[in-house]
Amino acid sequence: MKYSIFSLARNALSWHEHWPLAWRSPAPKVRYDAIIIGGGGHGLATAYYLAKEHALSNIAVLEKGWLGGGNTGRNTTIVRSNYHLDPNAHFYEFSLKLWESLSQELNFNVMYSARGVLNLVHSPADMDASIRRGNAMRLNGIDAKFLTRDEIARWIPNLDCSPEARFPIHGGLLQPRGGTVRHDAVAWGYARAADALGVDVIQQCEVTGIRIDRGAIQGVETTQGFITTTKLGIAVAGHSGHVAAMAGLRLPIESHVLQAMVSEPVKPVLNTVVTSGAVHFYISQSDKGELVMGGDLDFYNSYAQRGNLPAIELVVSACLALFPSFGRLKLMRTWGGIMDMTMDGSPIIAKLPVKGLTMSGGWCYGGFKATPASGWLHAYTIARDEPHPLNAAFTLERFAEGGMIDEKGAGPYAWAH
Amino acid sequence: MLLIPCPWCGPRNQLEFTYGGDATVKRPLPDAPMKTWLEFVYLRDNPRGPHQELWHHSAGCRQWFKVLRDTQTHDILASGRADEALPGATA
Repeated sequence: MKYSIFSLARNALSWHEHWPLAWRSPAPKVRYDAIIIGGGGHGLATAYYLAKEHALSNIAVLEKGWLGGGNTGRNTTIVRSNYHLDPNAHFYEFSLKLWESLSQELNFNVMYSARGVLNLVHSPADMDASIRRGNAMRLNGIDAKFLTRDEIARWIPNLDCSPEARFPIHGGLLQPRGGTVRHDAVAWGYARAADALGVDVIQQCEVTGIRIDRGAIQGVETTQGFITTTKLGIAVAGHSGHVAAMAGLRLPIESHVLQAMVSEPVKPVLNTVVTSGAVHFYISQSDKGELVMGGDLDFYNSYAQRGNLPAIELVVSACLALFPSFGRLKLMRTWGGIMDMTMDGSPIIAKLPVKGLTMSGGWCYGGFKATPASGWLHAYTIARDEPHPLNAAFTLERFAEGGMIDEKGAGPYAWAH
Repeated sequence: MLLIPCPWCGPRNQLEFTYGGDATVKRPLPDAPMKTWLEFVYLRDNPRGPHQELWHHSAGCRQWFKVLRDTQTHDILASGRADEALPGATA
């Protein structure tokens, strides 16, 4: 069924009690041409683009819990492409272009809001680095605009731009097309669109083993039995290392917990996304009115999807240093998600050294904004058995070959990126 | 809040410590093959479950030591000197 003003009106007449289910919940078949592990945004997008762009018809997505129950539902919903290094810039810009038309593509409102993403600058050195990055972005065809402190103070009156501020603001680099997207809608929209193209989206089906014979994928053991396939894509974010280990692989990845939190909902007070690299803090206001914020990792390996209070205190103290007027708000919820932190801070979208096995992972903090491009390029890599130029640099082998894409220059410490 | 048992100072608040990562990786000899160096610098087991890791009591006695911690529950199972095997650790 196509969602439109007419379907809305028609269903209003029957009190919205007869909407068809958005996707089926089929039992797994014994054999698929391609299987994607992970029913978050990335896995569902991969399946959708496999069916749509590459005309594969017999595809399944296996999800151990519920759709979008991992990091797709746990991020701070920010999308942007303000990267310095060429592979990242081109990749994330491709993703942002897909975001701009995704609601029309999927016939599902993902609520892309180009409210801008502002990176605050707190020192002269910070300013040099930001202007350099802004210039690099513009050379790569990405929108970037440097704002002075006065321009920022006029635009965001509740941001403390005074010289006495704990972290004085010298200016900021704005990407006007950056913004936010309704995160759950991304999983639901891709699931519905993939299902309409015949993809079997199977929930409550955990992969427990990967069967390999003579270096080639034979299928997967799951909690719903063995399923045969020769093409297997891994899109499991924080569990990338865990699933890759089933295929006998070790990855340059550590799993760490990252927390996010929301305040109680209030009337509109912030109409853009404000981030600070120096303090490591990011904040925006959801359409419900909650202030959504996050900051650093908890800085120890974790699969627990919950963190500790010191990381929350750091985020909140950064918030109050920048926005003193938010001091009376109460935090309503905090939660954690598991980040697959790579050793250079950039993702891996590539064929793995087992025939028929691919992965899209190693997303570090930045997986949500990559969702459409990750799915598109992972699908391309699976269908063509070779990477697209946009993901050719994001290999597993780059660590052995010295081709690291280290945006931050932090070196091989997974938690430092 | 993690309560981390420093072998010298006893259980202390996690704020006093700095994380040092996987304690099972060993620096190879300088003339070791590139593959060994690759494994040392970049590859990790990243287990879901008990994990041997290094912590630095950076705001305390400033000793590095080992902790065996479950990455699914954050339970700390053992701690001990950096140069000795931990009880209950497999590698």
